[in-house]
Amino acid sequence: MFEDVRDLYNAAILERGRRPRHMGKLQAFDATAKGDNPMCGDRVTVWVKFAPGGTIAETGFDARGCEISKASADLMVEAVQGRSPADTKAMFERFRAMAQSGECPACAGFEPLKPLAAVHAYPSRVKCATLPWHALVAALDGAANATSES
Amino acid sequence: MNDTVQSFDIKAIRAQFPILGEKIRGKDLVFLDSAASAQKPRAVIDAMVHAMERQYANIHRGLHWMSERTTEAYEMARDAAARLLNANDRSEIVFVRNSTEAINLLAHSYGRGILKPGQAVLISGMEHHSNIVPWQMLRDSHGIELRVAPITDAGELDMAGTEALLADGRVGLVAITHMSNVLGTYTPAERLVALAHQYGAKIFFDGSQAVVHRRVDVQALGADFYCFTGHKLYGPTGIGVLWGRRELLDAMPPFLGGGDMISSVAYERSTWADVPHKFEAGTPAIIEGIGLNAAIEFVEAIGYPAIAAHEAALTDHALSKLSAIEGITIIGRAQDRGGVISFALDRAHAHDVATLLDRQGIAVRAGQHCAEPLMRRLGLDSTARASFGIYTTNEEIDALADTLGRIREFFA
Ligand SMILES: Cc1ncc(COP(=O)(O)O)c(C=O)c1O
Repeated sequence: MFEDVRDLYNAAILERGRRPRHMGKLQAFDATAKGDNPMCGDRVTVWVKFAPGGTIAETGFDARGCEISKASADLMVEAVQGRSPADTKAMFERFRAMAQSGECPACAGFEPLKPLAAVHAYPSRVKCATLPWHALVAALDGAANATSES
Repeated sequence: MNDTVQSFDIKAIRAQFPILGEKIRGKDLVFLDSAASAQKPRAVIDAMVHAMERQYANIHRGLHWMSERTTEAYEMARDAAARLLNANDRSEIVFVRNSTEAINLLAHSYGRGILKPGQAVLISGMEHHSNIVPWQMLRDSHGIELRVAPITDAGELDMAGTEALLADGRVGLVAITHMSNVLGTYTPAERLVALAHQYGAKIFFDGSQAVVHRRVDVQALGADFYCFTGHKLYGPTGIGVLWGRRELLDAMPPFLGGGDMISSVAYERSTWADVPHKFEAGTPAIIEGIGLNAAIEFVEAIGYPAIAAHEAALTDHALSKLSAIEGITIIGRAQDRGGVISFALDRAHAHDVATLLDRQGIAVRAGQHCAEPLMRRLGLDSTARASFGIYTTNEEIDALADTLGRIREFFA
């Protein structure tokens, strides 16, 4: 019955959404922020620990929301591992462009995030995929809160 | 006018809604989101188009034929709304943009003009944001206390708790929903009127949902204020109604200032037009008013006995069908409830449920339903909500139930 949603609800997303590998608060962290989409009720908290050089050593998250937001958070954690904050923000911009268009021309090294590209065909769900990124960027910027609803 | 339940012919009713013939990705549209906004019957569409094509000018101000005819057509909506609510007089019908504006008008004009700092406004724990935020703004700007009547776990008003909040006599206004847009609960309106008046408070009902399904008689009810929003009652967006008892409206200061709401204007001092025009500043939603008139006539032609019976039958059918799905939780179990049903599935988040339903052409709402405090009270982040209209069928509910079962398997 649901063959036509397998583009978005693919094996990778379902797996990550149901059994996220990186869900959980970090014991020790340097930055944290909350992402909140009050209209739909999605919430995500992100914790970041930096390596001595300022790159991201470890990220953890806690999410209350749909499969898409949880899977996105889980994949994000792996994608930003070892990246500098500037690099991470650039990656977010490219991720957001991919979520909106389905295309990712300049996305070498982007493979792990590709399962989310199909979200562009579900316009009301794009904000689910981007919420964890908004929270992460807020944490990197020293802000406490973020939303992807506006 | 048909007033018998037997006369309800669902096929004939559906045939009047052009949109119900639409396909969604090749599948029949199953529209279960009427509580957010209802679809429009042909009569409403035609009335609005007719106004624009044949009979349109500004109203209340032209001396020419077109303006006079348009004024008449627009003012028919006031008569229709007065009939719908059984208002004592047509001048008690104030046109606004929607329920949200009605409540803001009340909070501004009654709240600032009549209530005194130190008095309280009592709302309930199951209000839409539009019946929360204007009162918060009043509280913060005018020293009015905001009280919230508790609800039970079943999603009903806690009447003992409500009475306790009225007991000190400081509540000047009870502002409460007549039907919850999340739980489907009808509040016990008669008892609330009696309680409010017993403790010296006036009472306003947010009838946005209730008026769609049940006959509302504001005089029999003994209410002081009542509002509804046109787009949920098969009418257009941009028009709604605030009804108030004439002596209360007379005593209230205006809301917005400008043209149409004045009697005379001088730089030193202006004087206000009579009720209802005192509250209707500027060129109103003329075409929408004409559409609202057609919507009310449409509802009257079917008749509330048939409408209410249809809603009750659909609700019973839906509750039994949905309850049979494994892993489902139906949110709210009020005794007196109508065709708005929120639910959660154990294996799938409400957004994922809504997306998968949508792929089968089934439109439901998912999220917090503009009722964050209620969701918090229930310990929920988000629910899916199916809501019914005059055109909803048992087969559509069956399609919903069947698809929900399959969604649960999908996420197994
Ligand atoms: C109970 C209730 N009150 C108020 C509103 C607000 O209606 P509107 O958005 O038309 O002002 C709604 C609809 O969203 C509602 O369901």
